[in-house]
Amino acid sequence: MLKITNISKTFNPGTVNEKAALTNLSLHLEKGDFVTILGSNGAGKSTLFNAIAGSFTVDSGTIRLDGQNITNMPDYKRSKVIGRMFQDPLKGTAPNMTIEENLALAYMRASSRHSPFSIITKSDRADFRERLAQLGLGLEDRMSNPVGLLSGGQRQALTLLMATLVTPKLLLLDEHTAALDPATAEKVLELTKKIVAENNITCLMITHNVSSALQLGNRTIMMKDGRIVLELDGETRQNMTTDDLLHAFHNQGVDNDRILFSAE
Amino acid sequence: MISTAVIMSALELGFVYALVALALFLSFRILNIADMTTDGTFTLGCAVSATMAVAGHPLLALPAAMLAGAAAGAVTAALQTKFRIPSILAGIITNTGLYTVNLAVMGFSSNVNMMKTDTLFTLVKPYLGVGYKLIPSLVITVICGVLLVLFLKTRLGLSIRATGDNPDMVRASSINTAFTVTVGLCLSNALTALSGAVLAQYQKTADINLGTGMVIIGLASLIIGETLLPRGKTGLKVLGAILGSILYRFIIAIALRLDLPSECLKLISAVIVALAIGLPAIQGSFKPATKGGNDGC
Repeated sequence: MLKITNISKTFNPGTVNEKAALTNLSLHLEKGDFVTILGSNGAGKSTLFNAIAGSFTVDSGTIRLDGQNITNMPDYKRSKVIGRMFQDPLKGTAPNMTIEENLALAYMRASSRHSPFSIITKSDRADFRERLAQLGLGLEDRMSNPVGLLSGGQRQALTLLMATLVTPKLLLLDEHTAALDPATAEKVLELTKKIVAENNITCLMITHNVSSALQLGNRTIMMKDGRIVLELDGETRQNMTTDDLLHAFHNQGVDNDRILFSAE
Repeated sequence: MISTAVIMSALELGFVYALVALALFLSFRILNIADMTTDGTFTLGCAVSATMAVAGHPLLALPAAMLAGAAAGAVTAALQTKFRIPSILAGIITNTGLYTVNLAVMGFSSNVNMMKTDTLFTLVKPYLGVGYKLIPSLVITVICGVLLVLFLKTRLGLSIRATGDNPDMVRASSINTAFTVTVGLCLSNALTALSGAVLAQYQKTADINLGTGMVIIGLASLIIGETLLPRGKTGLKVLGAILGSILYRFIIAIALRLDLPSECLKLISAVIVALAIGLPAIQGSFKPATKGGNDGC
């Protein structure tokens, strides 16, 4: 499904700010895998997502998605098949456009059959309404409101819907609940689980919450200094407690207050 | 003090220049780009229109001017998206180059006289009577306004709006921002050139300096319009831009009627523009800003 082979990326090479963000990283995902990613700040988690999504091209190595080599494909082409959510709820939606218009934009990913001059039709609208209703937030009755009027949690839920409106081959979740209050974060996480499971979406999720890293998905990886330092799956993962995982962190020299606090 | 003739000419000019306000609505408000190509493109529209009219094609002159304007917009867009030149600088570069292009279009002369030339307006004069200047200007501007509103509802239009609203999100929605910026700038510059084209035929002369300060005048009209109609959907905003342009012409007409010497016109314009653009900031001290994506989060 997703096959990352020996990718490396160095920022500002040859300067005092040189930073090796990814070093010979390889990762192989099967269809339907849900991988949670842990690691301290600067471990290269978001850089890995940027590499997969095509925000920059890697210095070396290859990225293949569903057999297709996407290593040098521009980001906007990759986003046809890769959905992505950021920590910042403001990043995923256009604030001055209505809910309906935002959904129409997300819908364009699949609808290359539509002419660029086509407009939002009644059946599109009915479709959007139905999908919005599934979020259970009452957004289906506010489709002509600008997204800027929604709360952070509502915007993040809408972004989730937009990222999955056309089922992506791969979904990248970059701490997408971290900026929300606990109750809203829980709700968005529940929606994420539901949507990912219903559509059998292959998913990578960055989190700082050790317990949800173990509860969600079927695999967990830990990153440090641009490498994967620990991979957990199957029984080892099932038998792992948050305490064990924290020990593993210490053994890897990963010390991070945020992770320690979130393990409470 | 204000005669019918003054009102008529303010209305006529208001509709003609409203096309620039519409162009800036697209580039400045929708795409969030201050397009400095505007001045040069306006003159380009004048030049193409005048040269074509003198050659006996006053009607064909309008689409030709729009095409020329779109080409200028494409150059600015290419400088921005392909060569990564900051948008303001890209516009200034194109604008500077256009000076020579505009002279060349006018046969390396700094003006073209059309006193004995058939224009769009003289062609319709036998049918329209006194309204022969107002009606064509109004019809052209209204058609462009309606088409612009309809265009912004299409998928391509939505992509262009999103490009200005949240570029991060647009790239994540499989939209090529280089493409949407190019389409947006081509369209806005086509509108600006059309405005210049109509104006040249309206006043029966084209001059290399006609476009000077046009971007500021267009912005002032746009912002006056936003003050008149502060909220609402795209259709209302486009209407606001047109009304703003007309009101701006009335303000200028009144200023001139106050026996201010015509040499002062640029200074008056600058003061009006500064006031018009500053007005939202002054109002802002009474109520929170409406623009921006941070509300409600």
